[in-house]
Amino acid sequence: MEYGLTRLDYAVDMIKKHGINWARKCSLWPLPFATACCGIELMHTAASRYDVARFGAEAMRCTPRQCDLLICAGRVVVKMMPVLQRIYLQVTEPKWVISMGACASSGGVFDTYAVVQGIDQFLPVDVYVPGCPPRPETLLEGLMAIQRVVREAGVKSSKERGRGLGLVAQSASSVELGPGLAGRT
Amino acid sequence: MATADVIEVLQERFPELGIEARPLCRYLDGRDSDQFWVRVPPERLIEVMTLLRDDPRTKFEQLCDLTCVDYLNYPTTADTAVPPQDRFAVVYSLLSLTHGHRLWIKVFVNDPDPEVPSVYAIWNGADWPEREVFDLFGIRFTGHPDLQRILLPEDFIDYPLRKDYPLRGKGEREAFDVVRRDSA
Repeated sequence: MEYGLTRLDYAVDMIKKHGINWARKCSLWPLPFATACCGIELMHTAASRYDVARFGAEAMRCTPRQCDLLICAGRVVVKMMPVLQRIYLQVTEPKWVISMGACASSGGVFDTYAVVQGIDQFLPVDVYVPGCPPRPETLLEGLMAIQRVVREAGVKSSKERGRGLGLVAQSASSVELGPGLAGRT
Repeated sequence: MATADVIEVLQERFPELGIEARPLCRYLDGRDSDQFWVRVPPERLIEVMTLLRDDPRTKFEQLCDLTCVDYLNYPTTADTAVPPQDRFAVVYSLLSLTHGHRLWIKVFVNDPDPEVPSVYAIWNGADWPEREVFDLFGIRFTGHPDLQRILLPEDFIDYPLRKDYPLRGKGEREAFDVVRRDSA
């Protein structure tokens, strides 16, 4: 007896094959903690051209209680660090943290008294996304790293996971333009 | 009314201050700027500023800016006109909307405990600029209604725009509790 393959059949097959985490990895809820120009790239990633909805992470909420993925996009100054820590504590479990860009990861060019030299000194960070600011491709690579973590490790709470993962997303070495733009450069 | 007339008014009303107009800058070709600054001692500042705002010949209705300069280790040459014993200069940038002229006032104060009378009562817009100067240079404005830090965190101790403050700070950026995964 033959069955027509519908999308539902496909989803059921994949869940049977990979477990429920296959579905969960496409349901991330990012908190856009955008403090500087990386926030522009973050918006760009969410917008139509790069379309983070393809990865199931388009529902950005500005309240930490509705989120599970904290994207720290931009430099964090000493006045903002307690705020960021508090927001991290308020994000619901299980939670992940992406440190986006050079400033959030290391202070970047802002080696001054006011700028925290890397949020990972005071927060657990799962994925560092390099770049100044990172291209949307690189941020998507970081998001896919979080997805791999969810698929393989599942939705463990922070306590079970111990230290931060400290993954580094690979930056895109070259950018392939779409067919409509190929002849323009 | 040109700026020169304003200087005349000041010299006529305050002959004992020895007010002297100095050009704001000198161009590379040797010409002096046609904008001027004058030096006013801090104890006479309120009188001078009130006159500058109210006199019909000066009419400086607007305080454009209020900031501060730290002249620590400033090279004193013949024409800098900054005595080396005075460390800070609070700079007031005035604009007359009626006459269209500008004037810069500099008040020199020194360590320790630099104090300048607040001009908040003359221009209410001086409220936040004075708080900013207090925040970053540590100059106390006497008579200010709410003199507290405006940009830096309240528990910040030093004044970071002073020249003797190290660029990388005194450990403020490392002074946080570490939030771990099991903190929540």
